[in-house]
Amino acid sequence: MILAQLSNFEGPSIDWLPLTPQIILVVAALVILLVTSLSPAKVSDSFSTAVTVGSGVAAGVVAWFVWNDIRDEGPSSTVAGAVGVDGFSIFFTILTLSALVATSLVGHSYIKREQMAAPEFSALLLLTAVGAIVMASANDLIVLFIGLEALSIGLYVMAAMQFRRREAQEAAMKYFVLGAFSSAFFLYGIALVYGATGSTNLVNIAAYFNTIGSRINNLELFYVGMALMLVGLAFKVAAAPFHFWAPDVYQGSPSPVSGYMASAAKAAGFAAMLRIFFVAFSRTSADWTPIVAVLSAITLIVGAVMAITQNDVKRMLAFSSVGHAGYVLVAVQAATSDGTSAALFYLFTYTFMVIGSFAVVSLLGWNDGHDVSRYEGLARRRPLIAVAFTVFLLGQAGVPFTSGFVGKFLVIRSAVDDEIYWLAVLAMVVSVITAFMYLRIISNMWDREVDVADAPRLSVPLTTGFVVVVCAMITVVYGVIPQSLIEFARDAVPVLVAGG
Amino acid sequence: MEVSANWYLVLGALLFIIGGVGLLVRRNPLVMLMCVELMLNGINLTFVTFSRSLGDIAGQTVVFFVLVVAAAEVVVGLGLVVALVRRQPGVTADDLNALKG
Repeated sequence: MILAQLSNFEGPSIDWLPLTPQIILVVAALVILLVTSLSPAKVSDSFSTAVTVGSGVAAGVVAWFVWNDIRDEGPSSTVAGAVGVDGFSIFFTILTLSALVATSLVGHSYIKREQMAAPEFSALLLLTAVGAIVMASANDLIVLFIGLEALSIGLYVMAAMQFRRREAQEAAMKYFVLGAFSSAFFLYGIALVYGATGSTNLVNIAAYFNTIGSRINNLELFYVGMALMLVGLAFKVAAAPFHFWAPDVYQGSPSPVSGYMASAAKAAGFAAMLRIFFVAFSRTSADWTPIVAVLSAITLIVGAVMAITQNDVKRMLAFSSVGHAGYVLVAVQAATSDGTSAALFYLFTYTFMVIGSFAVVSLLGWNDGHDVSRYEGLARRRPLIAVAFTVFLLGQAGVPFTSGFVGKFLVIRSAVDDEIYWLAVLAMVVSVITAFMYLRIISNMWDREVDVADAPRLSVPLTTGFVVVVCAMITVVYGVIPQSLIEFARDAVPVLVAGG
Repeated sequence: MEVSANWYLVLGALLFIIGGVGLLVRRNPLVMLMCVELMLNGINLTFVTFSRSLGDIAGQTVVFFVLVVAAAEVVVGLGLVVALVRRQPGVTADDLNALKG
């Protein structure tokens, strides 16, 4: 009986080209694991990094072709409307791939120094990147949840890669417990929204609100579900008051992994938030924008106040990353196309600033800590690294001629256009407060009084140095000529297309 | 007395809440893992109930995905617990206090 049904089963038509970037990454991860475990001789760590970087670049090239198709033929969806193919998914594919390649290069030298397992690191990096891309391109809440879990579960393991260190174990366990907790919240939200609207597909949910008319039933169910989903995603992007895990996890994890969490994982969380709330729940935006506005205000204040009281550079960057989530939320609560493209611009530029920052941290910090005093006199020991780190910190503070300034400008303008003036003013005040923390690290680096004659030589591996310099250049270039990225972000506003 | 769909929804919510509260108050890492499972199973029950009352099969297929995800999550969670207990037998969540600032 069941077999008879199976023979009549007809699967959905699949457009393979838009899925090729994810497939390339999965195949690369499998190749790394297979080759390193089956090869009789020990495979060099460079093999894993080379495959990771190569597949990341290849996936980026394919994404570029898909992007050209989308510009010619308009956005579409595939796999029975479960995966969206639009500028938004391409934007986050490229963002994730950038984070993947940069983290892989920084991790390459870090792994060697800390004697971690290179093939596992590369494979997990690739698979989490797939999770992030699936999340950003999901057109169905269940696909989105699968992407979220592929990303999160990989990150729990990556946080624990130095599994004999007490701090790494603690960071991973805290991340796991709170991550599982927030995933469950998110999933329960999906269940309630499914019960209220009758579908997990974002197109159908949006259509439900367009046709709902006067028969408002199950609305309470929907609101509870929406709130639970917002809480779950707020955990993932480390928005206050759901940020408690972030400082501990960023501090205890390997530095390249912390940078990856703050860039790719945070961006994927915001991608999910924008897709669900801005597009599918757009008809109820009057209900959720005030909540997101309050969330962003709390996040901004907590990020700033907690950051300036820290002495550990990794914790400082963690709280600053909480604060940056607040800025993106300011753009999200505007619930406009301009606000969304501002959020995209902000996330893209922040990716390079934070990965560069954690790359520098991975050079200076060892197992014995990341105290801010370690950065004293860095300008005379390693001038190029000090200049690059200064660029990252000034960029995060939002100083003109860095991409951070343009990002903050766009975000605050979206709040002003939306006439939420109190939030715009708060965002500006907070950026002044956090500048104090960034300037504290910078003044430590450029302190002339410090004696650096007997400081140990700071070795800068080629791959890490390359990433730091490139990230600094990107931060400056998009600060001076941001137009191309602004246009890309404008074309990347998410749209929903029903499956054929 | 007739058992309606709402009963199952309430049961699912109760399981979810028991799991959530347990995760926050229990200190044994293994019990915390079990609480995560309880939360996910409460959600599964909710999905199946809605699937039945909506007459839509999608909610029941979701449960399979959730079960697979839960299994993957437990694998990683147990790995972490084993690493913790190896370093310090009888470890509880309160012993995780090396990171603060």
